[in-house]
This record gives sequence, C-alpha cells and structure tokens, in this order.
Amino acid sequence: MKEQLQEIKEQATAAVKSCDDAKELDALRVKYLGKKGELTAILKSMGSLSAEERPVMGQLANQVRQTLEAAITAKGEALKAAGLEKKLRQEALDVTMPGKQRPLGVRHPLNIVLDELKEIFRGMGYTVVDGPEVEQTKYVFDMLNTLEGHPAREEQDTFYITDDILLRTQTSSVQIRTMLKNKPPIAIISPGRVYRSDAVDATHSPIFHQCEGLVIDKKITFGDLKGTLEVFAKRLYGEDVKLRFRPHHFPYTEPSAEVDLQCFKCGGKGCPLCKGEGWIEMLGSGQVHPQVLINCGIDPREYSGFAFGIGLERIAMMRYNIDDMRLLYENDRRFLVQFR
Amino acid sequence: MDLSMRWLNDYVKTDMPIKDFAAGITMSGSKVETYKNMSEPLTNIVVARVLKLERHPDSEKLWVCSLDAGQDEPVQIVTAAQNLFEGAVVPACLHNSVIADGTKITKGKLRGVASNGMMCSFAELGLTKDDFDYPVAEDGILILNNDSDIENMKPGMDICEALQIDDTTVEFEITNNRPDCLSVLGLARETAATFNLPLNYKEPEIKGIDGDINSEITVRVENTELCSRYMAALVKNVRIGPSPKWMARRLRASGVRPINNLVDITNYVMLEYGHPMHAFDLRYVEDNTIVVRNAKEGETLKLLDEMSEPIALTPEMLIIADGKKPIAIAGVMGGEHSGIMSDTTTVVFESACFDGVSVRRTAKKVGERTEASSRFEKGLNPVNAHAALMRALELVEILGCGEVIRTVIDVNHSEYVPERLKHDYKWVNEYLGSDISEAEQIEILKRLGFGYENGEIIVPPTRIDMHLPCDIAEEVARIYGYNNIPSTIPRLSSQGKRTPEQIFEDKTVSLALSLGFFEVMTYSFISPKSYDMLRMRDEDKRSVVLRRPLGEDTSVMRTTAIASMMEVVRRNVNNRTLDGRFFEIAREYFPKGENELPAERDVLCFAVYGAQEDFFTAKGAAEGIMARLGVKDVVFAAEKENPMFHPGRCAKVSANGVMIGYVGQIHPQAAENYSVNMPVYCAVLAMDEMRENTVGEAKYVSLPKFPSTYRDLSLLCDEELPSGEIEAVIKKTAKHLEQVSLFDFYKGEQVPAGKKSLSYKLILRKKDATITDDEADAVVARVLKALEEIGAVLR
Repeated sequence: MKEQLQEIKEQATAAVKSCDDAKELDALRVKYLGKKGELTAILKSMGSLSAEERPVMGQLANQVRQTLEAAITAKGEALKAAGLEKKLRQEALDVTMPGKQRPLGVRHPLNIVLDELKEIFRGMGYTVVDGPEVEQTKYVFDMLNTLEGHPAREEQDTFYITDDILLRTQTSSVQIRTMLKNKPPIAIISPGRVYRSDAVDATHSPIFHQCEGLVIDKKITFGDLKGTLEVFAKRLYGEDVKLRFRPHHFPYTEPSAEVDLQCFKCGGKGCPLCKGEGWIEMLGSGQVHPQVLINCGIDPREYSGFAFGIGLERIAMMRYNIDDMRLLYENDRRFLVQFR
Repeated sequence: MDLSMRWLNDYVKTDMPIKDFAAGITMSGSKVETYKNMSEPLTNIVVARVLKLERHPDSEKLWVCSLDAGQDEPVQIVTAAQNLFEGAVVPACLHNSVIADGTKITKGKLRGVASNGMMCSFAELGLTKDDFDYPVAEDGILILNNDSDIENMKPGMDICEALQIDDTTVEFEITNNRPDCLSVLGLARETAATFNLPLNYKEPEIKGIDGDINSEITVRVENTELCSRYMAALVKNVRIGPSPKWMARRLRASGVRPINNLVDITNYVMLEYGHPMHAFDLRYVEDNTIVVRNAKEGETLKLLDEMSEPIALTPEMLIIADGKKPIAIAGVMGGEHSGIMSDTTTVVFESACFDGVSVRRTAKKVGERTEASSRFEKGLNPVNAHAALMRALELVEILGCGEVIRTVIDVNHSEYVPERLKHDYKWVNEYLGSDISEAEQIEILKRLGFGYENGEIIVPPTRIDMHLPCDIAEEVARIYGYNNIPSTIPRLSSQGKRTPEQIFEDKTVSLALSLGFFEVMTYSFISPKSYDMLRMRDEDKRSVVLRRPLGEDTSVMRTTAIASMMEVVRRNVNNRTLDGRFFEIAREYFPKGENELPAERDVLCFAVYGAQEDFFTAKGAAEGIMARLGVKDVVFAAEKENPMFHPGRCAKVSANGVMIGYVGQIHPQAAENYSVNMPVYCAVLAMDEMRENTVGEAKYVSLPKFPSTYRDLSLLCDEELPSGEIEAVIKKTAKHLEQVSLFDFYKGEQVPAGKKSLSYKLILRKKDATITDDEADAVVARVLKALEEIGAVLR
C-alpha cells in the first residue's frame, strides 16, 4: 500500500506539473482526489489494514493528499495568472493612435482677452456695464465735454444716423448713463463695440472693441489712477511689466495721460514691434473732467474720479502675434481653431 | 508741427543730444513723433575751391580738377561737368562720403587718372533750386560763389554747416487744447519749462518811417462778432525777391515752401508766433478799403491755390473784401488777384482775430483746410495779433525789403482780460495724490510763463486751455513728472459681481462651446442686399441706416444676425471647410421713431452645416442649451411662413408661451444666394426672452426607491400629424409617466400610403410602490384612447 501511495504521488505530481490547462487540471483533481478518485479508493481500502499499520498509512495518505492539493492549487493559480497575462497581451492597443473626441468649440480670441479683463477688474471690485451701441450724440460727445467743433465729431470720423443719433465712437456713453443713474461710489468697466469711420485694412476696422473704466468716489487721486492701471497691467502682462504715464489731452479728463507699456519684446531698447521707441501705446486715461461730473449731476467739490479706455484688438493682436486685424472679423475656422 | 531746432535755439539754448530733448519734451506733454536731421545722410562733403582745371589726357569730355579742400595737399578729382572754372567754390564729396540718395562715394580711377571723390549738384545734396536765392545750374556742379555767405565758406568746411542744412526737424503731435504749441515760441516756452532753461524772448522792435496809414487805407469791420480784432500795417517801396538762406531753410525745415521774401515773412511769423497773417498787394485793393464782412449771395473768389476754380461764397462765410469785391476768405486763404507778385510795391499786412468755429466751418465748406485755418479754428487771442504784426514788420526791416509806416490800423472789439485763477497748492496735492511744496508749484507755473500775484496765477493770452483748478493741477503734474507722482490703489467699497444677464450669457457661451461651436465675431452693419438674399419680407427690412457709410456692404444695422452668420458660412465653405458649427451672441437693431434710439436685442445665433448635421442636430443643440439654461416649457412648432427658412424644416421656438426665436434649415434659395450649395441649419434665440422664462434654482428630487416598468407603443397615424402633438397627449394622459421618448420612425412599404409609424417608449414608475403590470396596462389603455382621438392608433 505504501508503494501504491508513493506511486500515486509521483504519477499525480508529474501529471499536475505537465498540465497547462485549467480543465485538465480539474480532471486531474477529480481523478486523484475526487470521491471516486484513486487516492480516495486507497483510503477506502484502509479498513483492511492492521491496527498498527492503519495510523501510519493514514498519516502517509493524508500527506500525499495535502501535497497533491497544494500542487493543484498552485498550478491553478499559475494557470490563471498566465491566462490573464495572455488576455492582456491580446488586448494591448496602440496608444499612439489618435483619441476619439467629442468636438469642442473655441472662444473668439477677442473674447478670451475680454474675459481676462473682466476677471481682473471684477477682482478689484468693478461691475461690468453694457449700453446701447446706437446712441445719442449728447451721451457720446456733448456730455463728455466734446463740444461742437471738436474734430472727433466730424462726419468723416463718425457714423451718424441723424444729427442727434450715431454709432457710439467710444463706450464712455455707458459711463455717462451710469453716472446719471447711480450715485457715487461708482466703479465700472464698460466693454463693447465702438464704431469709427475707418476703412478696413490690416490695422483698422470700422468696428472695434473698447473696454473703458470709471471710478468715482471721494478723494480719488491721479495716484489712484496710476496704481490701478499698474495693477491691471501686471495682472495682464506679469509682475515685471513697466508703465509710463505721458501727458496728453482728452476733453473729458484733466489731467489726461496716455499710458505706454515698455516693449516686452525688446525690453525698451527699441525694435520693430515698438517702432524703435521702446514703448508701446496702450491706453488713454485721466481724471474725470469736473464739467463731465457736473453734466451728470455729481458735485466735483465732493467727488473726483478717473477713467480709462483700452482697445481690445490691440491687446489681442499683440498677445497672439496677429498681424492683420481683418482676421478677427473674417471668422475663418482655420484661424479660430488656433486659440484656447 | 515740424520744429526747426536751429530756430528753437534762437529762443532756448538746448545743447543736449536730440534723443534726450525728444524724450524729455515728450514726457512733459509735447509728443515727439519723429525727428530727422535734414543733412542726413550727407557725410564727408566739404567746401572746396577749384585751384586748377585741366583736360583729361584721354578724354574730350572729362576734366581733371585740383581742389583746395582744406587739407595739406590739393585733392584731385576727375569730373564730366562742364560748368567749372578756376576759383569756383563747390561741394566736394571726398573719399568715403555719402550723398543724399545714400550712395557712397569712394576714390577710383577715370580712364587711368586718379579721382579722389566727386563734386556734386544741389540735387545730390537733397536740395532744390528754391533753396537758393541765386540761380544754380540744374545739371552741373553747384557753384557757391554767388552765395551771400561766401566769405565764411572756407575750404574744408562741412557743406551742411556752410549751407545751413545741418538742422534737425522735430515732428510734434500737438494736442487740440494747445494751439499755442503750433509755434516756435510756444514750443520754446515748453522747452524752457521742461528743461528749466532760460527763455530768450524780446519784444519785436521797429524803427519805421513817418506817415499816416489812415491816409492810405481804410479798414471797416462789419461783423465784429466773427472778427474781434483786425490790424493792418503798410510796407512801402517793397523789394520782392527770394528770402535769405536762414529764413528759407527754416521754412523748409517746418514743411513750408519758400516763395518770396514778403510772403515768407507772413509764413515765418505764423510758424514763430502761431498767429496766421496775410499780405495784400495794395494795387489790387480797390478803393483802398478793406471791409471785413459776410459774403453776399452770388459772390465768388478765385483762391491763391492755383489749381482751383473760383469758389462760390455763401452768406455765412466771413470774408475780406475791398470796396467792390471779395479778396480773401477770412482766416482760410487769400484771393489770387490781390496776392504778392514780383512787381508789388506796397504791401498791406493783415493780422486779425477771427472766430474759430466760423473759420472751421468755412474752411470745411470750401475744402481748404490750411495752415492758417487749422490754427484759427482752435481759437486765437487778440493780444498775439499785435505781437505777430510787430514781428512781421521787424522782419521786413531785418531783411531790408521795404519801408514800414510806423502807424498801424487797429480795429479792436475784443474785451480781452487776462484770466486769473486761484492757486491752492494743497488742493492740487489732494487732487493728484502728490506732495509738491507750494514753492515748487509756483516755480513750475512761472517757468511755464504764468504770472503769479497774491495766490493767483495770471494766464498768458496764448494759453486758451486754462480755466479750472484741475488745469493748474495738470500743469504742475506734467512738469513735475507724472511718473514721479506716487501710485496708490483706491479702496473701493463696491463689489465686483456679475449681473443675472451676464451670468446667463456666460453660461450660454460655455454651453455652446461644449457642444462644439466656434465663436465668431461679425460686423453689425450689413448690406441692405442681404435682406433680399435672405428672401425677407419688406416689413422686416426696415433698418437703422448710416448717413454716410463706408460702402453699401456696411450701410445698415442688421435686423437679423443670420445675415452676418451666412457670411461666415459662405467664407468657410469657400475656404473648403466643409463642415462647421459657429455661434455668436449677436446684437440686432430695430428702428423705432424718427429721433428715437432703436431697440437693440442680443440673440444667440448659430449655424451648423456639413455631413454630420441635419435639422435635428441643430434642434438638438438648441434643446440642449436651453435645457441646461433652465428655459421653461420649451415648445417647437412647425413654422411654414418664415421666408428665410425651408418651409418644411423650420420650427418656431417658444418658452413658457413666449416667442423665443426660430430653428430651421435656411431656405435653399437663400443659401444659394450666399453661394452655399448644401443645407445650412440656423437658429436665432433671443437672450432676454430666454432668461426671463427660466425655471428657478434646481431642487433635488429624491432618487426612486421602487423599480420602474416600461411599455413600447408603436403607433400609426397620418403623415401630417406632428410627433410633438402625440407626445403632448401622452404626457397629458399617462399617469406615473417618468419619461417618454421616440425611438423609431418609419414611413414606407410596411405602412399604408400617407401614413407613418412612430414608436415611443414610456417609462412608468410609482413613488410609493412597485408599479404592477395591471396598473401599467391601465395607463397604456388610457393613453391609447386619448391618442385615437387625434388619429394615432396602435399598429
């Protein structure tokens, strides 16, 4: 019997070892360890053994059983692992092939820039205000101290509908409407379309976009204007940006300043982008002219404020290296798709 | 304004490099656009005297010239010019010199004879014959022997210095409020203040001759409102001729062509004092009378401007007339006949003060915006009229070109009183946010030419821009330096927030982008032809019309954003972008009354086209966006009447019963008008109407606890019956309905002609219990009964 057990053990171990299929392994389990299996058959015949031999053989038989069970389990796990590995190998993909996209749209580059401006000024406590594009002459010129005879009012520069109605040439009209409606403190920006009678070319468009700002409160100073625009420029162009404030004239501000940005391409040394000047004209600004405040029912002895106006196209064109303004309004998808 | 630096230096000595001058004066408010040395690029050209002139041994045309060019040894130059002679003083371009067109001259050999450069003509120096007050050869070498400065022209002297062309012209952008800076004196004042240099100005002085001007000429001002001061002076025994070099050069540097000494004097004074003048030939002033009056209907005047036809004058124009006829348009231009000619003997100088607005209107009307009119229109003061006249007379005496009668005519109706403004240095600091001492402020103001008395500044007459305390603040700030004022940030008490409209718009944009739409930006004016291209009805074509558009294509404000959107489609299809999704939050403009602002409304306008798109992808996009925006009770109803759209493929969209817009296929004929030969699907949805009809904030509904069941209904009905109607009936009659969706649509052989089959899935669920089959069947029975009434039966 001992020999029988030994033989089963050797036979079975060899069979398990050479087995490479889960079903076959299961068949081996049944063959040796199953209820009608060979080992079971031997155990059943234990009754014929002597009382001395029985425990010895019993122990031996159990050892064989345990050995076989362990071998089968180990083999089973090995086969499973091998199977998974094979499956994974088969499922492998060429991950360098293109992904399947649900197409996404793209924001227009001018609005990307405008969104950023809005974000900056909202962060500083400003509200964004909109107004009509077809506007009364008095809101665009008269109340802004731009009186009859001022060149800005000329028919050749401005699209008039009638003498009293025109396409706004600046969004300052929104500031007037705001001041007429609301009491100070006021802190707004008014982005939007403006219209000037310029023929279309690489740097001109009869429609373009401005973002104007207005702050009215007690004791607002020229220094406040400077500080505000410096923060704005830093948020837009980075901490290292340098501005300079240059005296200028606008009928609706006094003092007035044009603000130049130190050329970011050459660092102020002079290059084609800044036309050799080292500075790039960025925006117009100033402290609100007292007559404008009076026109809007605000007492200039009590309140002061500042205003500024930025052209969006210029900022977008410089930022994205766009060399022709027409591209912004042609809406060619091959152009639009380049932004994000 | 073009400024000659030599001229400026008469009044302020600036010995700084031009770059520093330009930078400094720009930062105090007079912006330098550019500057250019008039002698550029002339290099290494000197005055030389011809010592010896000999024939070239191998040529009949060439001459071998030996020149004294101020060097130890004579310089030998070979030339083909035939106008030389021994003793001639000429410009010599030495080895390694550069002439006006940039050509570099080097030494070489001409037919074997060494030539160490060349001699040159006036053109090669960048000059014209008008630059000389003596005849110069058009072809040939410039001979300088007749020059009035010949005594000072030593061999070896730089030619630019010898001819006084070593001058720099600085081009300024002068702002509207500072007409005083359209003059050498004004800019000299700014220069002095900016760089803290002394201003060397002295009042003009005339010696004059005895005589009474009133016996020679009468001046009558009829319109004293438009002419507050009119001064006239008389110059007798005039000798007309070219101006001296220094004057001609300065005029040229300032962009004015020299004409003759008397005319040049008026221009010179205009540039120097900023006050335009005029000169008449007394012979042609009939009746020896000057009348300043409005023109009469029917009067005409031929202007000095040679090209022009006689101009018809109108009664609102202020003119200068003699006893019989107009001789000049006041402040704009003189008439041809009374102008100064070579045989003029007696000249009347006019220095006057005309109303700016009137001059501007007249100049515009006659189409002659001149140097004079552009100065008058900004507003000139009567004080300067006197100073300018005196300067002109002084110049006549300096040039020695006539005899000035000491008495002048002065019809002065101006009530000029110098403006006095209170100076409160503390207020200035408060306004600027600066800390500039009182003394420093006063010092700055004095440098700028303001008088100062008892805490008040006295404004000089040329400074028409000074009226308010803030004007003083600006003066102080710009000279102190804007960039020296400390930057601060105001503490705003306001909150930066988005309005509901802005939140709604931002959300709409995000949704459109997430659905694959490209945002576009289009012109809001269009061609009126667009309306015809879109087959629009006449009543929808009424637009806001631009009075003077750039062209027809941009002449009316659109009443539909689709007109612009179709241009976008056209362009992209043209560029072979054969599928596309585009959108814009676009504005439309609807005219109201005559002098009333139009109504402006923003719409979400989009277009889709290409192989992947059809009516239902367009509608799906609209549905998706509106669902996520929370637009309430959206209904799409068939719209057959909108001529812009395909009559069988257009839906009118409403929300909460309010009209929102349309979605549909652009009428194929309209698309073809845009050269687009494939279906284009567009939607216009009004932003305000959508926003005003939204459900409120979303509220969480607890997740179902009991299972649902479903029933599929395949229905047969007339082709014409809209699915929307069936769905509406199902929604209305099905109890426990969680969702209904159309999952199949069939039209064809399997169903009778004129019929269609629609299959719906109904998902039914009870909140408080599992729905039983019996309950579900009961729902279906009820639904079917109701459907039968509208003609839909179970297939």
